[in-house]
Amino acid sequence: MSTVAHIPGGDTRAPVPVVSRRASKVPYLLLFPGIAWLLVFFALPMVFLFSQSLQTGSLEEGYKLTWHFATYKDAISQYHVQFIRSFVYAGTATLLALLIGYPLAYAIAFKAGRWKNILLVLVIAPFFTSFLIRTLAWQTILSSNGPVVGFFRATHLIDLLQALHLVVGDDLLSTPFAVVMGLTYNFLPFMVLPLFASLERIDIRLLEAGGDLYARPFTAFRKVTWPLSMPGVVAGTLLTFIPAAGDYINSKLLGNTSTTMIGQVIDGQFLRVLDYPTAAALSFTLMLTILVLVAIYVHRAGTEELV
Amino acid sequence: MAETEGGDLHLRSLTKQFAAFTAVDDLDLTIPQGSFFALLGPSGCGKTTTLRMVAGLEVPTAGQILIGDNDITETKPYRRPVNTVFQNYALFPHLDIFENVAFGLRRRGAKDVKAKVDEVLELIELGHLARRKPTQLSGGQQQRVALARAIVNRPSVLLLDEPLGALDLKLRRQMQIELKRIQTEVGLTFVHVTHDQEEAMTMADTIAVMNNGRIEQLGDPATLYENPVTTFVANFLGQSNLVRARVTSRGGSELVVDAQGTTFTMPGGRCVSDSDDIWLGVRPEKIQVDTPGAGANTIKGTITDTSYIGVSTQYLVRMPWGQELTVIRQNDGAPIHRPGDSVDLGWEPEHTFGLDASQDANAGVEREEDDEPVPAGAVS
Repeated sequence: MSTVAHIPGGDTRAPVPVVSRRASKVPYLLLFPGIAWLLVFFALPMVFLFSQSLQTGSLEEGYKLTWHFATYKDAISQYHVQFIRSFVYAGTATLLALLIGYPLAYAIAFKAGRWKNILLVLVIAPFFTSFLIRTLAWQTILSSNGPVVGFFRATHLIDLLQALHLVVGDDLLSTPFAVVMGLTYNFLPFMVLPLFASLERIDIRLLEAGGDLYARPFTAFRKVTWPLSMPGVVAGTLLTFIPAAGDYINSKLLGNTSTTMIGQVIDGQFLRVLDYPTAAALSFTLMLTILVLVAIYVHRAGTEELV
Repeated sequence: MAETEGGDLHLRSLTKQFAAFTAVDDLDLTIPQGSFFALLGPSGCGKTTTLRMVAGLEVPTAGQILIGDNDITETKPYRRPVNTVFQNYALFPHLDIFENVAFGLRRRGAKDVKAKVDEVLELIELGHLARRKPTQLSGGQQQRVALARAIVNRPSVLLLDEPLGALDLKLRRQMQIELKRIQTEVGLTFVHVTHDQEEAMTMADTIAVMNNGRIEQLGDPATLYENPVTTFVANFLGQSNLVRARVTSRGGSELVVDAQGTTFTMPGGRCVSDSDDIWLGVRPEKIQVDTPGAGANTIKGTITDTSYIGVSTQYLVRMPWGQELTVIRQNDGAPIHRPGDSVDLGWEPEHTFGLDASQDANAGVEREEDDEPVPAGAVS
């Protein structure tokens, strides 16, 4: 009903401020644990990290904050290749994950019927094994005598990859190709789940309406399904790209010395070279670059306009 | 606007089966070009399935769909000259109102998209909201956009699937008049599916009452209401009093029947049953209280319940044989009877109708909340 019953003489205003004043504290109380956590384990370490990047000294003699910005300049000029490589690898892996993940998420959302839940469990099943073990398993999969290499050799796809400088010799392991495959595989679930979530929310009647209004199936996809799945595309690509850009496992286990990614460099600077300022400066640069890229991307994708 | 391919919509032996359930059963129907046609029936009667088959969203199990001489049974939905106003509008949330309306035109590569969209937005009086998103509009406005998005394409047939179902009562009344106005203005064939008999009667030129996948009766609203041919139609369209009776004489144009010991007459043409056992029917508002005219069918009864509705009063009157008849009387100032009062009832023979006694007298009686299945054991 559209009409609202008014109680004659009832002063409905009086109790409202009491309720809202009491309720107004609750959101802050609920936020407190999260904010405290972020402060202690995120904001504070960030301050330390930033300060570390501007310090000079050594582990033995101790570090002093000298506002030494040259560390950034040196670090970037020395490691810009690994930076660019990281973004190219992560970008390629994200694109591949989207190409593989979108049809998969689409099929689960619209065509799976009663298999939907089982398929979703299968998508996240790799998480039951550790990241490290799964990546190590790819060493076996791509090993010189394995069936995958055999297939690539038999179909001469290996020659194509060779021409593109994606593999070395006629092996797949310890190549850029293997690193990108590993990244794609490892982050695929992060692509599929947000895509599935936004595809599943699409009202099937909108697709019927598209067909009813003269859109062929492909046009209906392009004009209705794809734009409506944009929130999932954006979330999925970010969840894939960001961790992939900073990854230091895949390149280490599946690549060679010329596939080194920036995550590996930071790892090495912190734990082996023990050059903390350079490591901190690289971490900060990586973070800022990703932030800027993400900001541009989200702005361009225009997801804020979507419901 | 683009020329439309003309022609009546023909459904020939149209059948749709879902596993063991027959949703639409051997339906034959011709809907004349330019008419406002309603498919009326309770939920599950097959009306929406029929509509979806015409739209191409369901594939018929058997039968044919034609527009004019053009068989579209196998035609893909996006090739049919048919557009649908969906039950919950199905407006594209990522497009603004203008682009929603322009969607069909753009897909067909029409010229003057802007002029055509502006024109139809004027027609529905929403030109000023062209750049809004659907979620920023009220239900009634969204409904009109859904209509505009369909009629801008000038389809040969416009399908409306319970288009007013999501609106509140007052807005629904308003939109009924609006829809009828727009249909008259654009002259397209409207096929309207509804379970709301009042909505169907207000708007449609012709109504097909559907039940269990079949058409019970087809006709203009007045014919259906005054002359129902099945108990389902008699009960689903308004209310009816049905009394078991036996034909005693078929002399001339008049039929004499005996109902529980009382004799009534009716014109022979108003009885659709050849058998002597019939249901004798009369609409509650046709029954006069206290002042039966000369030659009327009369009977005495006792009031058991009085419901004062304002514009009218509804009585339940117990007959000598125990059955209660519903009587609706306009509040024309006459005194209102109390339960227990003894009254004389009467109605004109030509307001009497006769139906086949083998039919269920309660068929088509609407429950309290129609559509909502009442759970077993629920107190209603």
